[in-house]
Amino acid sequence: MADKELDQGKRRFLVAATSVAGGIAGAAAAVPFVASMLPSERAKAAGAPVEADIGNLAPGEMTRVEWRGKPVWIVRRTPEMLETVKSSETKVADPRSERNKELTPEYARNELRSIKPEYLVVVGICSHLGCSPVDKFKAQPEAFASDWKGGFYCPCHGSLFDLAGRVYKNKPAPDNLEVPPHKYLSDTKLVIGEHTKGT
Amino acid sequence: MAIAEKQPVTGAGPFNGVLTWVDQRFPLMSLWRDHLAEYYAPKNFNFWYYFGSLAMLVLVLQIVTGIFLTMHYKPDAAQAFASVEYIMRDVPGGWLIRYLHSTGASFFFIVVYLHMFRGLLYGSYRKPRELIWVFGMLIYLCLMAEGFFGYLLPWGQMSYWGAQVIVNLFDAIPWIGPTLAIWIRGDYVVADATLNRFFAFHVIAIPLLLLGLVAAHIMALHEVGSNNPDGVEIKKVKDPRTGHPVDGIPFHPYYTVKDTLGVVAFLILFSVILFFMPEFGGYFLEYNNFIPADPLKTPAHIAPVWYFTPYYSMLRAVTEDFMIFLALGVAAYVVLIWRTLRDMRFKAAAAVVGVVLVFFMKGPEQFILDPKVWGVVLMGAGTLIYFLLPWLDQSPVKSIRYKGPIAKIALTLFVVSFVVLGYLGTLSVTEGRTLMAQVFTLVYFAFFLLMPWYTRMDRTRPEPERVTG
Repeated sequence: MADKELDQGKRRFLVAATSVAGGIAGAAAAVPFVASMLPSERAKAAGAPVEADIGNLAPGEMTRVEWRGKPVWIVRRTPEMLETVKSSETKVADPRSERNKELTPEYARNELRSIKPEYLVVVGICSHLGCSPVDKFKAQPEAFASDWKGGFYCPCHGSLFDLAGRVYKNKPAPDNLEVPPHKYLSDTKLVIGEHTKGT
Repeated sequence: MAIAEKQPVTGAGPFNGVLTWVDQRFPLMSLWRDHLAEYYAPKNFNFWYYFGSLAMLVLVLQIVTGIFLTMHYKPDAAQAFASVEYIMRDVPGGWLIRYLHSTGASFFFIVVYLHMFRGLLYGSYRKPRELIWVFGMLIYLCLMAEGFFGYLLPWGQMSYWGAQVIVNLFDAIPWIGPTLAIWIRGDYVVADATLNRFFAFHVIAIPLLLLGLVAAHIMALHEVGSNNPDGVEIKKVKDPRTGHPVDGIPFHPYYTVKDTLGVVAFLILFSVILFFMPEFGGYFLEYNNFIPADPLKTPAHIAPVWYFTPYYSMLRAVTEDFMIFLALGVAAYVVLIWRTLRDMRFKAAAAVVGVVLVFFMKGPEQFILDPKVWGVVLMGAGTLIYFLLPWLDQSPVKSIRYKGPIAKIALTLFVVSFVVLGYLGTLSVTEGRTLMAQVFTLVYFAFFLLMPWYTRMDRTRPEPERVTG
């Protein structure tokens, strides 16, 4: 092609237009790939509610059930344990669970974080980085706290929670333990994954 | 190029004919000359120069053993743990291949850390080798990704909870974090979907990227030539007759022979660990990982593998109480830039960034981001800050041999803080250890961030004209 016939402006425009069109097509082509990594329909469906029988749970005991692949703890608190919750009021960061309201359904947004004072139902996953804390119910001096009143201790990064799943101040975990949606079918039967209606 | 124009290959005895045929269709001889027979490397390479070729060796080892492991491994949450045990017990020689791979992973990091330290010692990242350094750092990031994805595959307790913690780091990112974490996992918790995709990343996506980056690293190196312990350019003094650097020697056979010696020594040490202590006291393979993953129970003590622990320590060092020091550090740094630099645009940019950071650290209550977020930020910054090294070092000389006392002390402090943070990262937290991690985190960052100032004011010695042998 002879040089004089070359329209540089037109060539630049065509190059730019082609690049933009190609770039958009390339970005659009990435969408299905990115989307394929989201939870599948099967994974979403696996979140069905589970039932827990708490008839055999003795005072001071804890049982674990699995819901959506996460551990859910059900603790039957003794009167002494409930006392420690009251006494930790000033030591916890968010006593009324107001910081992140999604984590505590309205029917459990109280001092004891439960529907029935006796039973604590929480997801046993630390709000820091997702480890599962360990139950340390006995009130005794511990390596992580010399005046330990009983509660939960996260082995990963040292967050402490009281017996209402409320996080202590100045710990890595920002939030209280999540209270999952739950409701009582009877005095001894609990459903995890469904909200209590009309309260 | 027409066939007739290329010179026939000579000196290969009975193979001359075949090589000539190939060379006329493929740049065989020019590749051989440019990268081996006539790649002139400085004649004064010392001990520290073994680790580049050793890294290549371990890369090959990991790829070969990895291929054979995939023949027996099942990337399925229900079968993964058992399939690794099957490899260890029932597959002929399976235990050897698996231990080669797991020990190889730790040795990869040992070799790469020493290789990076060599760069720090002799200023191998300085102009004109900035891109070699940048490609190298990208390789390092890929290696960390490989280590992380690969560690989930045996589906033991540490695999599971390690992945849970690291993926949850992304959850800390404001606004998009929770969605991003679910997208990475492909489920609401670490599950089969996560294992399956980590397998895909580990065996194909990252290795492909890694190979490309290694090629780019070496191409950039051979474009500008190797640095050396004196940090002086050998290309400055060339033999007028041959045009080759007087202080350079052909890579082959001189350094191929030297590197072979390194390989032999390396393999002896590697074999000792491989055959007598493949778990290396719980540092290379953690004991908890011989327990199958249990999503309902976190092990009493979890820690990442040793090569991640320095950064993990930084993550844990950021507590509520530490935030004020972090904010003060940022403010002091802005003041330092403001008082010593002339470029107004740079000063303004630093001030804006500083104000934004402090605003989200210690500003009005509702804007403060959790210490958790800053922990993640600090950990990310700790790994990425190496990229800036070529521009942070303002010393008139490259090599530690001619740098002054401040640079030597700074490098020593950096190495100490890296090792101490790494050690602390393997332990559980106590108040004293957290304080120590906080102090050394500040030392770690000071090494990089104050470098433009201390390298300028340091008392350096003049570089020699030629390498000192």
